[in-house]
Amino acid sequence: MTASTTLGAAESVRSRLFPLLLAGLLGTFIVGFVGFAQSDVLHNAGHDYRHSMAFPCH
Amino acid sequence: MSVLRNAVFLAAIAGLFAGIAMTGLQTFFTVPLILEAETYEAGANAAHGHAHEHGHEDAAASGHHHNEDAWAPADGAERTIYTALANVVTGVGFGLLLVAVSELAGGISSWRQGLVWGFAGFAVFTLAPGLGLPPELPGMPAADLLARQTWWIATVCATAGGLALIAFGRQPLLAVLGVALIIAPHFVGAPQPATHDTAVPAELHHSFVVAVTLTNLVFWVLLGAAVGILRTRFAEGLGAARSSFA
Repeated sequence: MTASTTLGAAESVRSRLFPLLLAGLLGTFIVGFVGFAQSDVLHNAGHDYRHSMAFPCH
Repeated sequence: MSVLRNAVFLAAIAGLFAGIAMTGLQTFFTVPLILEAETYEAGANAAHGHAHEHGHEDAAASGHHHNEDAWAPADGAERTIYTALANVVTGVGFGLLLVAVSELAGGISSWRQGLVWGFAGFAVFTLAPGLGLPPELPGMPAADLLARQTWWIATVCATAGGLALIAFGRQPLLAVLGVALIIAPHFVGAPQPATHDTAVPAELHHSFVVAVTLTNLVFWVLLGAAVGILRTRFAEGLGAARSSFA
């Protein structure tokens, strides 16, 4: 009983791992892009945001 | 792909909410201090008696080196709208990270658990990097940008890993390792500027550090609580039963 529950849980973790990693990767990309992108235009648009979030910016 | 879809929906709604709330907080507590610092920044350049074309060298000396001709939003509503946009977009981004990590650990099943997860996010993204690299106002000197970004990212990763080891490590030794991992980046030390001389008054900077830290705290607990409340609607699609913290 315990063994089969554990097995099921492991299976569910495995099938969820890929989409959750993908979600995490997407989040990292979004935050990295808005927080760190070096374009002057992006920098100026997000200036007050970056200062307010204490991103190392300029 | 329904797990991904549900994670994105959950993060989008929670991030939209927390991002809008954060914009309100920034408008009252951090942006006025940024605008005030910019008057000192402009004043310092003028006091040195440099014409505009020489301003660039001044700016380089103070760590500010941007193309003055690049597009920038007009002060006022336009500037606020772009700040709001950045807040909402990154709110969704931080939400995705929070949902992804918390789902791997069993999921946030209540607003109260969400607060704890929010505190963790605050510790990882604001508190730990802010110890070595305090929030900066415009016109303040700073070390090399790439070095600071590298230290910032390394500190975020080390703190997240350390907290995960403390919360989910099965052996006591892993918790000890977690604490060491959180301390390590500060032992190495953040890149510091050659000089801390600035026209920006120390009191203004202190107020800014407090304002940034507290507004980020509120942002993270709102984001965590929102995920906790909304998750009940998405739990089935996320493929997880209600489960305990660990």
